[in-house]
Amino acid sequence: MAQMNMLEAILSAQKTMLQRDDKVIILGEDVGYFGGVFRATEGLQAEFGTNRVFDTPISENGIVAAAIGMSINGLRPIAEIQFADYIYPAFDQIASEAAKLRYRSGGEYSTNITIRTPCGGGIRGGQTHSQSPEGIFTHVTGINVIMPSNPYDAKGLLISAIESNDPVIFFEPKRLYNGPFYGEPDKSSVGWDTHSKGEVPEGHYSIPFGQAAITRAGQELTIITYGTMVHVVETAVEMTGVDAEIIDLRSLAPIDYDSIINSVNKTGRCLVAHEATKTGGFGAEILSIVQENCFWKLRAPIERVAGWDIPYPHAFEWEYFPGPKRISNAINRIMEA
Amino acid sequence: MAKNQNQFSDGNSQNQLYVPQPTARPDGFNDFSHLHIPDVEQSDRPAIDCSPHDMRDLAYGLIRVLDDDGKAKGNWNCGVEPQILLQGLKDMLLTRMFDERMQTMHRVGKISFYMKCTGEEAISVAHTAAINFEDMVFPSYRNQGILLARGYNLVDMMCQCLSNARDNCKGRQLPIMYSWKKGNFFSISGNLATQFSQAVGWAMAEAQQGGNRLATTFVGDGSTAELDFHSALNFAATYSPPVILNITNNQWAISSNQVIAGGEKTTFAARGIGFGLPSLRVDGNDFLAVYAATKWAAERARAGLGATLIEYFTYRVAPHSTSDDPSAYRPKNEEDLWPLGDPIERLKTHLINLNEWSEDQHNILIEKIKIKLKKSYKEAESYGTLKTGDRPDVTTMFEDVYEDMPLNLRRQRQEMGL
Repeated sequence: MAQMNMLEAILSAQKTMLQRDDKVIILGEDVGYFGGVFRATEGLQAEFGTNRVFDTPISENGIVAAAIGMSINGLRPIAEIQFADYIYPAFDQIASEAAKLRYRSGGEYSTNITIRTPCGGGIRGGQTHSQSPEGIFTHVTGINVIMPSNPYDAKGLLISAIESNDPVIFFEPKRLYNGPFYGEPDKSSVGWDTHSKGEVPEGHYSIPFGQAAITRAGQELTIITYGTMVHVVETAVEMTGVDAEIIDLRSLAPIDYDSIINSVNKTGRCLVAHEATKTGGFGAEILSIVQENCFWKLRAPIERVAGWDIPYPHAFEWEYFPGPKRISNAINRIMEA
Repeated sequence: MAKNQNQFSDGNSQNQLYVPQPTARPDGFNDFSHLHIPDVEQSDRPAIDCSPHDMRDLAYGLIRVLDDDGKAKGNWNCGVEPQILLQGLKDMLLTRMFDERMQTMHRVGKISFYMKCTGEEAISVAHTAAINFEDMVFPSYRNQGILLARGYNLVDMMCQCLSNARDNCKGRQLPIMYSWKKGNFFSISGNLATQFSQAVGWAMAEAQQGGNRLATTFVGDGSTAELDFHSALNFAATYSPPVILNITNNQWAISSNQVIAGGEKTTFAARGIGFGLPSLRVDGNDFLAVYAATKWAAERARAGLGATLIEYFTYRVAPHSTSDDPSAYRPKNEEDLWPLGDPIERLKTHLINLNEWSEDQHNILIEKIKIKLKKSYKEAESYGTLKTGDRPDVTTMFEDVYEDMPLNLRRQRQEMGL
């Protein structure tokens, strides 16, 4: 075991796979010589050469299309999209091509691409460096959508993504790269070295998709969340003193129905929290799963705490962000209902 | 600048938007007399390692080999063996007759949709003859000639169009959206131009793995306006992978003339020049010209010299699809006045001139193909049609979305009672 922050864990996953499988290659903007704007591929070109780790033109559409084409010719590409906010030019290649290729060709062709992309706010990135567009992709059948919340999960899930024969979009909450974020921007930041999930094996291991993690066990309320919000929710739970169970989905598609259903059936109460905008967000899908499967066990209405339905505003970042206060208010409402 | 803008205005308004129009609409007349068709002997054939900069004229001219009398001439006449030409003639004729047969099947309600490539057969067939079977094709939707030239089973093609029990796409795709992995033919997408940039990626992987195959891909004049076209040219220029980027300029994207795709003030081949790609503009109805241009690009690619952009100038004689009626937007006789002629007739005349072919042989061939198509269709229909007989097993409807079926799909399949 080694101490790693989330970036180091993501770097380690890619390095592990580059070493194990010579079909694995990495492409993206600035990922080569420079090692990526967040340094998630640092040193990989120097170690594995330009034939396996290389820079691309600023063309997200071209990056994903090239990755698909390369996978058809036997490679296993990891494509970095520098910010999730930049992924939209690639949407047709993801939604119409990668997601549907296996199906439309009757199983003759398929693509194994992994698209890594930093998402989420809390870094003063403004509306073009802060978005969480996972809900746009969870609605596309044929792709896997993953969002880890800590270094250990990030490495294990990224290795699963690279090894998967289906396309995967791997969202990396960038506020978590250097340490867990508890939703209190005024407090001094902490590193992953104080967190148990900062302990990461140096070699190969994988975490299967479709398995949520219970990051806090509890009896009174189930909070379903993922990404940065896993840690923010912890703060809110401590503020309220409620014996809440926190479920970190980790994998949005495929989703772990059993963990959600079993927990809500046990606690009878449910709160869903995500950083992405509320209306039409992935939280609505979770609510629907709970309502369809747990209705007769519910003791209070289900609530959602999410980003407001506005673009992520630069000057009002913390007013937008669904912080501990809004979450604890929602917890209290549910408990009083 | 002000003066230039005025040339497009009606004189009353200084700020009217200029929207280009085709030469003629249904009530008008177009004999293509505005076209400049260069002489067969006019185009130079550069060495395959020629700098793109030094061959820019070829993006604005028109590479031709067969003259109006069916004689092969000029620098691009590379002395193709008659055997290849005869096979090409057979494959083009088969393509045209296959189309006609399937169009008829659509008329009688046996298939839901079809797209013919009438008048464009030389592009797919000659291109295929000039590359290797191992080379990977990323096709557009009017490239059935490639499948036929590669010897794809007629029954399999028909079964795909019929969405029946033997359809290798398992009833999931519109007719003609073929996929033939064993034939190194990529799954056709209904989303335009997406294959163009994928082909470049495939070729990048080929170079990365030190292989000797090339990728080739097709797009229409209309869909050169898509983002993928530009990404493809950019990546092809950046990484120099072994890929041939082909534009079938048949002048019509449904009802939009090529002027709406930006084809009025320049050529489509000229798009390559800004990227530093060698760019050829070719008579798409001239089997020998298509063959020669493809050979040149393939040799260049295999020599490690990178991508070539080729525009084939042709005319879409057929409607866009069986859902389209061109008489609503272009003159009815436009195709008859198209000056580059019919690719089958032109190659036939050439072969007759060479004493390699005759009218009698041609007529016998037509009868043979008719019988073959009839027999194949009969067999294909025995596996069912969309309306009657066998369809693919409905339980397969939930398969192949993912490699392993996730829980939501298993539950939905159960909900359907399957």
